[in-house]
Formats: sequence, C-alpha cells, structure tokens
Amino acid sequence: MKKLFQEFIKGIIRENPTFVLVLGLCPTLAVSVSVANGLGMGIAATFVLLGSSVIISLVKKFIPDQIRIPCYIVVIATFVTIAELCMKAYSPVLDRALGIYVPLIVVNCIVLGRAEAFACKNSVAASFFDGLGMGVGFTLALMFISLIREFIGAGKIFGHTLINAFEPVAVFGMPSGALLVIGLLLGFFNYLKRRKA
Amino acid sequence: MKNNLNVNVSPHIHTNESTAKIMWWVVASLIPAGCAGVFIFGLNALWVIILSVLTALLAELTWQVLTKRKVTISDGSAFLTGLILAYNLPAGVPLWLPVVGAIFSIIIGKQIFGGLGQNIFNPALVGRVFLMASWPSYMTTFIKPLAYDTVTAATPLAALKEGKAIEHLSTLELLLGLRGGCIGEVCILALLLGAAILLIKKYISWHIPVIYIASTGLFTYLFAGKQLFSGDWLFHILSGGLILGAFFMATDYVATPLTRKGQVIFGIGCGLLTGVIRIWGGYPEGVAYSILMMNAATPFIDRYTKNKVYGAV
Repeated sequence: MKKLFQEFIKGIIRENPTFVLVLGLCPTLAVSVSVANGLGMGIAATFVLLGSSVIISLVKKFIPDQIRIPCYIVVIATFVTIAELCMKAYSPVLDRALGIYVPLIVVNCIVLGRAEAFACKNSVAASFFDGLGMGVGFTLALMFISLIREFIGAGKIFGHTLINAFEPVAVFGMPSGALLVIGLLLGFFNYLKRRKA
Repeated sequence: MKNNLNVNVSPHIHTNESTAKIMWWVVASLIPAGCAGVFIFGLNALWVIILSVLTALLAELTWQVLTKRKVTISDGSAFLTGLILAYNLPAGVPLWLPVVGAIFSIIIGKQIFGGLGQNIFNPALVGRVFLMASWPSYMTTFIKPLAYDTVTAATPLAALKEGKAIEHLSTLELLLGLRGGCIGEVCILALLLGAAILLIKKYISWHIPVIYIASTGLFTYLFAGKQLFSGDWLFHILSGGLILGAFFMATDYVATPLTRKGQVIFGIGCGLLTGVIRIWGGYPEGVAYSILMMNAATPFIDRYTKNKVYGAV
C-alpha cells in the first residue's frame, strides 16, 4: 500500500508532469488563461490518464511490441472521445472555451508517456495510482499557472474582479505570456531544488 | 574604420575604451533627441524619461543586490536601456507605464539572461513590445506636437495605415519632428546629430544603420505606392521610428552580428521586415518588431558568417 501511495504522490511534486518532466506544454500554454479552464482541462486529462493507464496495464501482455504505439493511441482516443462527449453534454461553455484542445489530449505527451514508460511495465493498481498522481499533478500545475495568468492578465481570480484600479497586463492572457510564466516558474523551481541539494 | 569593431580571437590590442565609456557616450549622443522631444511634447515627456531611467537603474541595482552579483549600474547600460525605452513611448502615457516597462526591460529582457553581454534581445525593445502588447491603447495615443495639452494626433504612419487623407507634412516638418510620435523618434535632425557623434567616435559602424535605412527606403519605394516604383520612400524613412531604431537600437553591441557580412544581412533583414510590416502588416510601424526578429536571428547569422581563421582548414 505504501508503494502505491508513493506512485501517487510522486506525480504531484517530484515528477510533476509540467514542471519537472516538462510534458504536455501545448495544452498548458493554450488553456491556462483562467482557473476554470485549467481545472476543466486537468480533470479531462486526469480521466483519460486513469482510464488509459488501467486498460493498457490490463492488456499489456496481448499488445505486440512492434505496434504498441497505435494500440495505445486507440485506447487513449476512446477515453478522450468519452471525455469530450461528456463535456459537450454537461458543460458546453467549458467545451467551447477549451475547443480543439480536448480532442488533442489524444496526442498529449503525458498520457502517451505514462502508457509507454509506466503502464506497460507495471501492475494495474500501480498504473492506476501513477495515472491518478500524474493527472492531479498536471491539474495542480495548470491551475497554478492559470491562477497567475488570470490575475495578471485579466485582473480576475476565479472570474471575479478583485482590484478595480488594476489595469490587466494583457500580454499574460496571450500564449507568449504563458511561456513567460512557465519559464519563470520552471526557473524558480529549479532554483529551489538546487538550493535544497 | 573597417576593422574597428571586429571581435576576434586573441591576441587583442588594448585600448582605453571601455564598455562604460561607450555607453555614456551613446547616452550623451541621445540627449539632443530627448531635448527635442520634451520641447515638442511638453513636460510630461520629461517625466516619462526620468522615471524610465530611474526605474531601470533601480531595477538593475535591486536584482544585482538580491542575486549577490557585482553591481554594474555605473556602466551606463541600464541608464541607456531606460533612456531608449522612454524614447520609444508616446509622451502622454500614464506615468506608471514607463516604470513597468523599465522593470520588464531590465529584469526579463536583460538580467534573466545573465546581464549585459548575455541578452539575446535589445532590452529596451523587449520592454516596448511588452507594453505594446499589454496596453495598446496607451501606446498608440500620441500627443499633438507643440500643443502642450492632451490634444491627440495620429502618427503619420498610422494615418497612412488607416487610409485617412494624410495631412501634408513637409519634409522640413518631418526633419524637425513636428508630428505625432514617440518622444525620442520624432526629431530626425537631433537624432542624426547624435548618430554623427557616434560615427565620428567610431562607436558604431555605418553598415547596419545605412543598409537598414536604405533597404527600407528601397522596399517602400518598390511596394508602398499604388503601383510598383511609386512609393513615397522619403516619407517612410523620416516618419516612424526608423532613424532612432537604425542608429541606436539596431547597433546594439550585444544582440547584433559581429562580422561585416553578418551586419549587412542584419541590416537588409531589418529593412525588409520593417517594410513588410508597414505595408502589409497589422501595425502601422514595424521597426521594433523587425529589430527584435533579427536579434533572434543573430546567433544564426554569426554562425554562417564567421571569419575564416588564417591557417585553419
């Protein structure tokens, strides 16, 4: 049990997909404009990660090595389709905000990376917790970035204006601002890590 | 003249020039244009300049103290960055704008990369583009020259872009700077005076600026008119920030190519991009963007125009 917990917890800080593995930057740049978008994207990606990790771990014995990537993609695409249809049905606003980036989870490198690096070599339970940890780590990172960007770029937090006199720095609402925020955060985390070492 | 700016492998001949001395000379050569800007647009322009310079110095000092580096604010580079940033702002901006811009220029444009000599982009232009992307309404509201109040006026290039009938500015008015524009870019004569000082002192070579201006002129002559070969090239050279950009920003030592051949490529690239942005782009003015884009291409240009080392295979 302790080992499973380890698999879960590592995705949040020690192997955080965004800040340590630096995977999945494309959706991160695109959707981290507001916390609501970040949360929606994170939940969708977590759902896909969980489902695909478990299924791939279950069928790993039957997948021929030469065609494993297409097999993974079929599994992942199935879950992405489920997530997308659910989102369209229950939260059309979020679906419109995230747009093309939901279907693009199919080729999200976090999902494929976990399938390739973890799920195809480990037990179902371990893969489940690995997927969950990575998903939560991705969601937290997305929410953290979008919190900063939403505040500086639009002057809002969770969609509410805080300070009326504050004139938002529009560039932080654009992808260039996202690159800036991610770069500075990465540098800051690396600095902390180096100081601890 | 020809080989004065070559940076090459040792042995080097030592001269008593230093980075600080050159920087302060560049600052001095920019003073006439600033005076002209203050005279044309009024006192708010002076406040913008002072705040921008002070903030740039303070930002550099704070960063260097916090990161326990050698404090280098006396070498003039931060002063120069603040000054050039202020020259790139309209005179009527709210006074927090130069402060934010200068902090961004120094911290993100320069210190994040490791300080003077490491920055891949011209820091002042980084600040300008940041302000332009964030608060476009402030950055494109220009004061009418010699009106000394809040009467706004479009820049000649913006008027051209919007297809408005251009109020006829004579070449003399353009040279003197009696038009809407940024603080430091309007008075061409003062800028040319400063450029002459730098050229005579051999702190800049003529290659980048002359080729930049000439290629912009040629490009706009070719394509800016109703048909080919009918563009108003003199208007395009004298309006907008081309003179300021070509002599004082495209000649930045750090972010431009080292070799003659590279500088020629750099100048032509800047000229083409400026022309393309002005004629077909979304913005009326493209000097800042074109210099930044060519800054990004500089390492690449340097690699392919490296001087052949004597004796090397």
